[in-house]
Amino acid sequence: MSQVPAELKYTKSHEWLRVDDDGIITVGITDHAQDALGDLVYVEVPEAGTEVTSGDACAVVESVKAASDVYAPIDGEVVEGNPVLADAPETINDDAYGAGWMFKIRGTVDGVELLDADAYAAFVAEEG
Amino acid sequence: MTQKTCLYQAHIDAGGRMVDFAGWQMPVHYGSQIEEHHAVRRAAGLFDVSHMCAVDIKGPQADDFLRTLLANDVAKIKPGRVLYSCMLDAAAGVIDDLIVYRRDANDFRIVVNAGTAEKDVAWMLQQVAAFRATVSVRRDLGVLALQGPQAKDKIGAAGLPAELVEAALACKPFGCAFLGDHLLGRTGYTGEDGFEIVAPLDEIPNIWKELLAAGVQPCGLGARDTLRLEAGMALYGQDMNESVSPLAAGLGWTIAWEPVDRDFIGRESLEAQTAANDQPKMIGLVLEDRGVLRAHQKVITSAGEGEITSGGFSPTLERSIALARVPRGAQTEAGSRVEVEIRSKRLAARVVKYPFVRNGQSKID
Repeated sequence: MSQVPAELKYTKSHEWLRVDDDGIITVGITDHAQDALGDLVYVEVPEAGTEVTSGDACAVVESVKAASDVYAPIDGEVVEGNPVLADAPETINDDAYGAGWMFKIRGTVDGVELLDADAYAAFVAEEG
Repeated sequence: MTQKTCLYQAHIDAGGRMVDFAGWQMPVHYGSQIEEHHAVRRAAGLFDVSHMCAVDIKGPQADDFLRTLLANDVAKIKPGRVLYSCMLDAAAGVIDDLIVYRRDANDFRIVVNAGTAEKDVAWMLQQVAAFRATVSVRRDLGVLALQGPQAKDKIGAAGLPAELVEAALACKPFGCAFLGDHLLGRTGYTGEDGFEIVAPLDEIPNIWKELLAAGVQPCGLGARDTLRLEAGMALYGQDMNESVSPLAAGLGWTIAWEPVDRDFIGRESLEAQTAANDQPKMIGLVLEDRGVLRAHQKVITSAGEGEITSGGFSPTLERSIALARVPRGAQTEAGSRVEVEIRSKRLAARVVKYPFVRNGQSKID
């Protein structure tokens, strides 16, 4: 079974969000997503300063099998892309919720429809 | 309705991630495709390829039949030798690519792709009518591929008849040994030494179990694809199909033009294509920028646009490689540059002579 940490929020497109006190939201892909993709070999993250709108394809993860878009879960400005992923994309396979974070956005999750851990786990189970 | 090989449960037990491939439930990997790839380059890996289909061709005119049916010429191989060939239609489209194992003067076994097996057999039956030969589908046999530099050290653990194993160990690449219904070919689809094992279905689970117990890594179709791409081997349905000539798929070397009076199916069309000199050509690419080359990406050359037919990440070279079909007039000497369009960006790629990797070693630098 893939991990679904209780303290995070989730999307139906398999991103996770960590809301920090300073209004910075960290985004990555879930353990379920990395597991389904397989060994990652290339990751493209947005540059700092990029304005994103919820639903934009703003990052790319490519595994040995296929390329997948990663979507901005909220509106805001990218403040940082994870610099280690260019040389070590497998970091996401190894630690999807920690060192494998993808980008940080300044914005708010207020009014954004997100799943909590239980709802995401149920969604994944249902999706089969 | 998807079919299962006799190893379906063994794959699940080994942690196989099952996917539908050509109507068969097959393992794509058992945890890490990249580790399975490296196991074959550095040690030994085992693939279940029982979805592929063995077909026996026998009879007083079996040799004549295959010399008409296939673009390569079985007259080039003696008993105990193996030949790779395309089977063409009259327009020189590729019906399938296949391996022929010669057992005797008029006794052959062919292994064909899973997705094409039905149409292949229908075509063979249609063509064989003019010959005193028989086409027998051997779905009572399974196929495994033991591949890698340590394959020769592991084959003895498979529980196969000692006489057969000894004969196969004495074979050079593209040699083979038969014993009863068993066949061991010194062949594969990885660019490494190894064996393709054809044996009765009821023996396959035990061969699988014994080889895994001997420390051989089970490998899925994912690693099979990255290994064959590194080895520069074409994949049917991706690099060629019925609308593609072998001349446009980098398979011109598999056409036996001599003797000139051998009238194989597709010859006339191939000769017309050669005279017109208008067929596109296959090249190897290495991506210079970061990213991953994938099938159907557009390739921009000095003579117009082409397309990647197979692309991916090479675990051995740790960068992206591809096979691409480009216009005949394009400048494609090794070292020349083309551009590939990936997500509407144009990235630089270098033309290389393939195979990219052989026997564990890079061939491109």
